[in-house]
Amino acid sequence: MKDTIIKTSMLTKRFGDFVAADSITLEVGKGEIFGFLGANGAGKTTAMRMLCGLSIPTSGEATIAGYDIYTERELIKKKIGYMSQKFSLYEDLTVSENIDFFGGIYGLSRKDLAEKKEALVQNLGLQAHLKKLVGSIPLGWKQKLSFSVAVIHDPRIVFLDEPTGGVDPLTRRQFWDLIYTASSNGITIFVTTHYMDEAEYCNRVSIMVDGKVVALDSPSALKTYFKASSMDDVFYQLARNARRSE
Amino acid sequence: MRTIIILLRKEFRQIFRNKSILAMVIVMPVIQLIVLPLAADYEVKNINLAVVDNDRSAYSERLVNSIVASGYFRMAAYESSYKEAFKSIETDKADLILEIPAHFESNLIREGKQKTGISINAINGVKANLGGAYLSAIIRDFNPSETVIESAVLNRYNPLLNYRVFMVPGILAILVTMIGGFLSALNIVKEKETGTIEQINVSPIKKHHFILGKLIPFWILGNIVFTIGLIVSWAVYGIVPEGSILLLYGFIAIYLLAVLGLGLLVSTFCDTQQQAMFIMFFFMMIFILMGGLFTPVDSMPEWARMVVRFNPVSYLISVMRMVILKGSEAGQLVNHLLATAGFAVVLNALAVVNYKKIS
Amino acid sequence: MKRFLIFVRKEFYHVLRDKKTLLILFGMPLVQILIFGFALTNEVRNTRVLIVDHAKDIASAELSSKIDASRYFELFTEPGSTDPEESMRAGKVKLIIVIPTGFYASMLHEHKAKIQIITDASDPNTATTLSNYVNAIVQDYATEQNLASSSLKILPETRMLYNPQLKGAPNFVPGVMALVLMLVCVMMTAVSIVREKETGTMEILLVSPFKPMMVILSKAIPYLVLSIINVISIVLLSVFVLDLPVKGSLVLLFAESILFIITCLSLGIFISVKTSTQQTAMLISLMGMLLPTILFSGFMFPIENMPVPLQIISNIIPAKWYYIIVKSIMIKGVGIEQIWKETLILLGITTALLFISLKSFKIRLA
Repeated sequence: MKDTIIKTSMLTKRFGDFVAADSITLEVGKGEIFGFLGANGAGKTTAMRMLCGLSIPTSGEATIAGYDIYTERELIKKKIGYMSQKFSLYEDLTVSENIDFFGGIYGLSRKDLAEKKEALVQNLGLQAHLKKLVGSIPLGWKQKLSFSVAVIHDPRIVFLDEPTGGVDPLTRRQFWDLIYTASSNGITIFVTTHYMDEAEYCNRVSIMVDGKVVALDSPSALKTYFKASSMDDVFYQLARNARRSE
Repeated sequence: MRTIIILLRKEFRQIFRNKSILAMVIVMPVIQLIVLPLAADYEVKNINLAVVDNDRSAYSERLVNSIVASGYFRMAAYESSYKEAFKSIETDKADLILEIPAHFESNLIREGKQKTGISINAINGVKANLGGAYLSAIIRDFNPSETVIESAVLNRYNPLLNYRVFMVPGILAILVTMIGGFLSALNIVKEKETGTIEQINVSPIKKHHFILGKLIPFWILGNIVFTIGLIVSWAVYGIVPEGSILLLYGFIAIYLLAVLGLGLLVSTFCDTQQQAMFIMFFFMMIFILMGGLFTPVDSMPEWARMVVRFNPVSYLISVMRMVILKGSEAGQLVNHLLATAGFAVVLNALAVVNYKKIS
Repeated sequence: MKRFLIFVRKEFYHVLRDKKTLLILFGMPLVQILIFGFALTNEVRNTRVLIVDHAKDIASAELSSKIDASRYFELFTEPGSTDPEESMRAGKVKLIIVIPTGFYASMLHEHKAKIQIITDASDPNTATTLSNYVNAIVQDYATEQNLASSSLKILPETRMLYNPQLKGAPNFVPGVMALVLMLVCVMMTAVSIVREKETGTMEILLVSPFKPMMVILSKAIPYLVLSIINVISIVLLSVFVLDLPVKGSLVLLFAESILFIITCLSLGIFISVKTSTQQTAMLISLMGMLLPTILFSGFMFPIENMPVPLQIISNIIPAKWYYIIVKSIMIKGVGIEQIWKETLILLGITTALLFISLKSFKIRLA
């Protein structure tokens, strides 16, 4: 694989007796769209939070963009973007103010920020909403805005935790267009989802069951291996024996 | 530096966007400062007196008249028996009963002394104590005496014994504390609850920058509330600080850091706003009750006075009264300043340490 | 009914899961009773007094030692201190007594002498109390000096009813009850309902096939139970720790307490219906309810001292009526026949609050 950007080895997180993420070993290459699948409670969010430096692993190793996740967390943070499952822009600030704020805390210069904002607004067609409070715009817009804000500082990797929950198919399609554009600009995408049609859009996917990664390959290879017609089917075969689920 | 400016701009935008909170932060203290001192009047006056005069002589009448003339007592009932008078105590119509026995005057002249009964509703110990003392003093004065030691009382700093003058600086201290403490305690928790803190935590923002970004806006807000308070107490109560206003602001500046530090510390400990509010309230209650606003710290038992040493509010209340009413100078406030600065450093350091960007 | 119980159970889980809040919920009455019972006292004790003795004769020495012997005062001496008023400004002494030269001589020859008392009247109450105490000691001393004289004397004999040791407890226990209940019920209920609005879970509950008002009521029930536990613990504390027995009927006390709890819960619901963010709800219940409760219930400051408009306002504060009721039952031991009026007022306030919140809740839905 050319340029590995995420590399983990036996990465484990325990909460007391509960092993939320168990010995996760994987590599993700530069510019790749990596799907991180699993049922609810399989441990996806836990694993992702460790990679973002929001949570310290119990054991195992990992490097993100060449930095160690134990000792160089603050360096990692400059290189990554993150969009959490819970919508997390400030609802009581306007679209424009949110962009200014998040661009600002990543240290973008005034000039860069103005250019980025202009491009972003053009791209998403947000001109009319710029002065509106984020709390008042539709969910679909919020999510697209969230993503654009997460990549505003040109991170090497962007982590997306179930980014398309609760939006309509058309918006999801538009959202994936944004992902493709980012990917073609060399940004690595690490995305969790439980929409199996979205899994088909990924270059490679891993499937987690009960805290472990049980399959990792491109969607077509996985379908061939499991003799399945769709990713849905692959997932069903793997996940039906899961002990943990909500 | 730029990061801090960006953080500040965001906080101010959020504060000014929420008009109802802003209005409350500004208007509530004004109303409270106007109303509370009027209500918080501890002076014991208008004690309701029930008299049972079983003698009905000229001398007993003179005694009763001199009691009423003292101005502390109001004649609430004039009953014919103690039993009747007791009923007025039960229904709270009277606070105390003066019972003059039969043959009061003739006994007095024959034996040179005569007892009178005073029965006091002592549920409110203070009122009972003072009421009893006033009544005894009046009766004692009524006795003719030979050697008299006259004492001239000189009341410094507040010659008219105006209780409001005493309460206003204290109440202002409490209001500044409450506003600063609660707003800062709720702030970080709110970001936790809405999830925006995650977005901050994955960014390369420094912990102390983030805390500073939270501290400064509320520090400014606290100063504004304090200024409004000073203006209100001048406009409504005519209170002008005897001492240096600069000294007051200097102290408030350090004090606010301490209170906001406490709020932010609580905020980093809690998961929900409800929890933060409740925990903050718990501390506030102890601080206010034991801050010497209502009852003098000197009268507390030893252990309680030890506790008060760790109560930032008690330092502020004391400084406010010293500077505003007595005109005390910086040299006399060194201990207060050092203690408060100590709180500020420790609490804020703890808040920065306890704010974890990871779980 | 079964569904209602399911809702109530969910609310209990919410409340019981939050250990920090729970700890404080039950710690609050305990700490308040401790503070009020053992730390706060209006009595003035161990006040540092500076005697400036210009006389330095037998009489001034006797008087000084008499003042020193009193439990109210402690003689303050500062070596090398020049200006007594400086000590007062620095807060070291609260009272200065100046005995002029020739004190004993004028007592002896003129049967008359003067002293000067300087008080720190920035705290006017303490100042008045202190100068009264000094006066009493001085007059006692004067009386001792002419014991032989045979003038007419009226000797007042004072009896303290209900509370012979003048303890603070009879006054503040009812106050603490009102305060704790107000806090738990109004603040907690209001904030926890508004929280569901803010996080959006309220919508989910409202679309369930369940009467909206029932949703709200089910949120109030855990706080009702917690409050009753708090009342029990306060009563136990006051009986066993403060030696303050309940004179009247326990049943009546609890019945009235439950009525007051319901009043507070309706107030909490009312606030929650009218506000949309937790912070607003909190600030209103805190600034708008709690401080007025402390002030207007009459347990800290006598209501009859307030200006008439404030006295009128105090009538709409539920805690005032509850305070009167509890004091009457616990301390005076009276029955319902003495407090029916107060009870009716509480009932009236509760009904009005519930009615208004129900009405505005419906408008909000429509």
